[in-house]
Amino acid sequence: MLSIKGLEVKLEDEDKQILKGVDLEVPAGKVHAIMGPNGSGKSTLSYVLSGRDGYEVTAGSATLDGEDLLDLDPEERAAAGLFLAFQYPVEIPGVGNMTFLRTAVNAQRKARGEDEMSAADFLKFIRAKAKDLKIDADMLKRPVNVGFSGGEKKRNEILQMAMLEPKMCILDETDSGLDVDAMKLVSEGVNALRAEGRSFLVITHYQRLLDHIKPDVVHIMARGRIVKTGGPELALEVENNGYADILAELDA
Amino acid sequence: MAGLDDLNVKEGVEEETVEAVKTLAGAYKYGWETEIEMEYAPKGVNPDIVRLISEKNEEPEWMTEWRLSAFERWEKLDEPSWALLNYPEIDFQDQYYYARPKSMEKKPESLDDVDPKLLETYKKLGIPLKEQMILAGVEGAEDMPAEGRKVAVDAVFDSVSVGTTFQAELKKAGVIFCSISEAIREHPELVKKYLGSVVPVSDNYYATLNSAVFSDGSFVYIPPNTRCPMELSTYFRINAENTGQFERTLIIADKGSYVSYLEGCTAPQRDTAQLHAAVVEIIIEEDAEVKYSTVQNWYPGDEEGKGGIYNFVTKRADCRGDRSKVMWTQVETGSAVTWKYPSCILRGAESQGEFYSIAITNNHQQADTGTKMVHLGRDTKSRIVSKGISAGKAQNTYRGLVSMHPKAKNSRNYTQCDSLLIGDKCGAHTVPYIEVKNNSSRVEHEATTSKVDEEQMFYCRQRGMDEEEAVALIVNGFAKEVLQALPMEFAMEAQQLVAISLEGSVG
Ligand SMILES: Nc1ncnc2c1ncn2[C@@H]1O[C@H](COP(=O)(O)OP(=O)(O)OP(=O)(O)O)[C@@H](O)[C@H]1O
Ligand SMILES: [Mg+2]
Repeated sequence: MLSIKGLEVKLEDEDKQILKGVDLEVPAGKVHAIMGPNGSGKSTLSYVLSGRDGYEVTAGSATLDGEDLLDLDPEERAAAGLFLAFQYPVEIPGVGNMTFLRTAVNAQRKARGEDEMSAADFLKFIRAKAKDLKIDADMLKRPVNVGFSGGEKKRNEILQMAMLEPKMCILDETDSGLDVDAMKLVSEGVNALRAEGRSFLVITHYQRLLDHIKPDVVHIMARGRIVKTGGPELALEVENNGYADILAELDA
Repeated sequence: MAGLDDLNVKEGVEEETVEAVKTLAGAYKYGWETEIEMEYAPKGVNPDIVRLISEKNEEPEWMTEWRLSAFERWEKLDEPSWALLNYPEIDFQDQYYYARPKSMEKKPESLDDVDPKLLETYKKLGIPLKEQMILAGVEGAEDMPAEGRKVAVDAVFDSVSVGTTFQAELKKAGVIFCSISEAIREHPELVKKYLGSVVPVSDNYYATLNSAVFSDGSFVYIPPNTRCPMELSTYFRINAENTGQFERTLIIADKGSYVSYLEGCTAPQRDTAQLHAAVVEIIIEEDAEVKYSTVQNWYPGDEEGKGGIYNFVTKRADCRGDRSKVMWTQVETGSAVTWKYPSCILRGAESQGEFYSIAITNNHQQADTGTKMVHLGRDTKSRIVSKGISAGKAQNTYRGLVSMHPKAKNSRNYTQCDSLLIGDKCGAHTVPYIEVKNNSSRVEHEATTSKVDEEQMFYCRQRGMDEEEAVALIVNGFAKEVLQALPMEFAMEAQQLVAISLEGSVG
């Protein structure tokens, strides 16, 4: 599914290297988690994969089902099935959540050569998904993320993910700012989407989320690289011991 | 109403939109008349009438002379015919140029002295002339403080200002807010300095006529570094038959000041068309900012196109100082004919002009409206968002000029115009004029990104929208926000505009 090889990335405007050779394979149907100290490059990786401006890829590659991602515009990557749940979801004043999603859904359909979803079908679809995530009708009408609480923003990201039905879902700290109940809702939302042909890359700082969304593989990212890979037990180890040992190994 | 009930709605137009347009363009709510004794100047216009108006307003000699020279000019001018408007010839001699309630012959000392009939009129229009908080219990008004807001009102009835609220409180802040006739008497130095300095007497046919015969209107002066402590507004009501209303508004925002100003307009329902020709001049000095909003709801005429107001308006803001800013917002739902292009002269370096317009036309209404952004200074920015919505047999034209002068280095304009046709007998037209006389400036139409927030763009594109779709969505959202920020007590209708989506729109 997602295959990243020797990815090196610097800032466009500055001579600052952020990713220093990332190697990562996420097979179809699998859930991988990435943990790592603040500033290690996790969000940067998610941005580079989804095509945000401001970064320059100096070496390496990233493909989704064999298709070179790095050559595509962000919307083409989205249509190819890549979804990013933002660490900091963006507010768009004056644009209703529903209008936003409908525009997005239909844009992707159009890009894939499919028919637009009718207004009635869309409404049915979004109501069902919103109900699962306990998102009320009012929140669907309100402008995208404007005045949403931190937890509401994150739930809204998962709603979008559910509506867009991507192949490759990247979740950047979707658990931060969630209360216990919201964490459960979000996890259930993610678990409900788990499927053969769909993979997840879950960026998180905490074991808690991984209690709900059981990862197949856990990676540790530090200083712009994946420095350690293991099973779910690796997350527990980090939870208990922090990154000190891992970082010490790197320095050695 | 009949015009819309049997409407043949085009496919792709959202139901919510049709509903909103139906409500907005539906039966005219302000068509009633106030029974009140009036005093008129003789019909027609000539130097004697001009002198009479000047005399009624107790004007000094220089003002009378100013008017007379305008009249002399006007007589030599021809009515313009370039707009996409079609209306029977106006007989300028067959109407009254001055109409005043008899009870206003002696100027009321205070609001308590105003003829109860006039007070009742404004109350019925939803604009109580009382110094009270306006309650914010309006949907979508979350941003307003719960205890309400203060809005000062200047109420103009036919040819005269009936009264202005909160004058004393404003005076404490150094703000002058009064009728223009009072300003001519009380603040001649300011009027002399600024009147005609933005819209010269010679500007255009209707502005020249207005300069000769304007009877009243509002005057605003905000002193340096002052944020006007409340919203200011003028409510124009035409009541008398066969009478033209020619109002004049002059707003001066001195250095570092800020004011938000709103005007509303309504008129009774009559079979004969009536003329309204206003001039608005705004002067904005260094670091000052003016927001000017209009909710125009003149009587639009009936379903057959009989009657209604012919609305010929010249509005212009001169951003004289560096970093000065002006924002025009207009919601145009009324008038049989609208001819109006609120403009921005971006003279100061880094000055900014914005224009947001929604024009809804129905039945036989015609609107030819738009804006002019004249970039003279360096690093000036302008943004135009215009939406025309037509139903019935209406015609809606956007006419815009963006001009970048040689010294307007590194200047930017962004323009977005949409039209929505509801039904198949109406028309929409877009007439953009663009002149760029230096090579460091950019004029952008629709599908560009530069002034839209990068984070928002990326968010939309990550969800699958292409750049063009993303910009349109974000800018539309912005325009809705602007509309939502309008003081709603003037026009609850504007609320409903927020429900309008332009899906299924053309051009
Ligand atoms: N646009 C930018 N300008 C300057 N520095 C940047 C920029 N983008 C990323 N960086 C730097 O790159 C490094 C990696 O940032 P990134 O946001 O990817 O970290 P992260 O692993 O997601 O951290 P966190 O766990 O705190 O979310 C940081 O040192 C950050 O300051
Ligand atoms: Mg991060």
